[in-house]
Amino acid sequence: MPIFELAALPQKGFLMCLAIPLKLISIDGVNAVGESLGMQRKLRVDFIPEPKVGDYVIVHAGFAIERLPEAQALEDIEAWEDVQDALG
Amino acid sequence: MPSAEEILRAIAALPLGRVNLMEVCGTHTMAIAKSGIRSLLPENVKLLSGPGCPVCVTPGEVIDAVLSLAMDPKIIIASYGDMLRVPGSTPGDSLQRRRALGARVEIVYSPVDAVELAEQNPDKEVVFLGVGFETTAPGTAAAVLTARDRGVRNFSVWSMLKLVEPALRALMAMPDFNVQGFLCPGHVATIIGEKGFRFLPAEYGMPAVISGFEAEDILLSVYLLLKQIAGGEPRLQNEYTRAVSPEGNTRAQLTLSACFEPRSDLWRGLGEIPASGLGFRRELRCFDAEKRFSVVLPAARPTACRCGEVITGRLSAAECPLFGRRCTPEDPVGPCMVSSEGACAAAYKYQSI
Ligand code: SF4
Repeated sequence: MPIFELAALPQKGFLMCLAIPLKLISIDGVNAVGESLGMQRKLRVDFIPEPKVGDYVIVHAGFAIERLPEAQALEDIEAWEDVQDALG
Repeated sequence: MPSAEEILRAIAALPLGRVNLMEVCGTHTMAIAKSGIRSLLPENVKLLSGPGCPVCVTPGEVIDAVLSLAMDPKIIIASYGDMLRVPGSTPGDSLQRRRALGARVEIVYSPVDAVELAEQNPDKEVVFLGVGFETTAPGTAAAVLTARDRGVRNFSVWSMLKLVEPALRALMAMPDFNVQGFLCPGHVATIIGEKGFRFLPAEYGMPAVISGFEAEDILLSVYLLLKQIAGGEPRLQNEYTRAVSPEGNTRAQLTLSACFEPRSDLWRGLGEIPASGLGFRRELRCFDAEKRFSVVLPAARPTACRCGEVITGRLSAAECPLFGRRCTPEDPVGPCMVSSEGACAAAYKYQSI
């Protein structure tokens, strides 16, 4: 029973509590790029100790606030994919 | 995790009278409305929304002051999108309307974007509207430190940042407060840790569960709260262990306190609460927009909006006489109908389908 509307996300300026985890695909100091469901996004990783490419993180207003265990992250992303499919 | 049906059966089996539970997180507000959890729970269990929507807790006089500042031709206001349609005390007035009148207002996704906007516009002053709770505050602080390190002098932050604990204490001190358990905000807890909510059972005997954001998370957390209440043993439980540790994110906490310190602040519906907001530390006050532009708040002007009662759990959205009539997401009277995390917006969006 996933709850959020993915389709509405990219246009929104206010992703205060974005629950979808991003996977880090590149890191340059405190700047990183994360990806989820084919969507890429710049973010800062200041608050994550030793971030690594492949880590899953929860992002809040442009900052990763916590790392998620991979299994959990994949489960959350799957839930999001369901929504995306449902919304066509 | 047990299935929704199993959790609901377990809830129905608990020996309970009337119980009010409160969530204090805009994302929980939305998730609860969207998932229809309210209608699945037994009739004696009510879920109320608390002061968890950052835009909604910002009082009207602050919005009015932002609207006046936006008209200064040398200023660019940088804001999260939710703030744009929040009405001031004059019906129809908002940053969006001011933009149509010539004010420069830019939507940003991260406070760092606002620093970059300042770098791209050296002849303007960029004022970032820093709304949010402990989750947003560390990033806002990091952006200020970035501006300092890069020598960006035309950037400042209007801090409307707020802390959850003092608001919960103020709520519980209200004479008509009638809530028997708190669903604690998972992302705030990611930053401040389980320790940030231990005061609820320890000092107030108040059951508390830190909850994640999927419907199952919320349902399970509701069950854990009800079980505590039925058993008469209040404590703090953490349902969101996948992201929340006992101590929280210490790096984020350190960044926050390198930039900000607690100060007395005004809340919609709760009034002035000591040490409930975040102001600049002395050494970074040059980035304080309120100081830089000598902001003076206008007197509060009453409006017909009852958001103040809605975000303190005293009124449900649908009980507001304007709800769905004079006040709709297209033509909002108060912030609770505008914000994607507001209780009135959630109720409007998901009752009608
Ligand atoms: S329905 Fe509109 S006017 Fe009534 S409390 Fe909600 S936002 Fe305010």
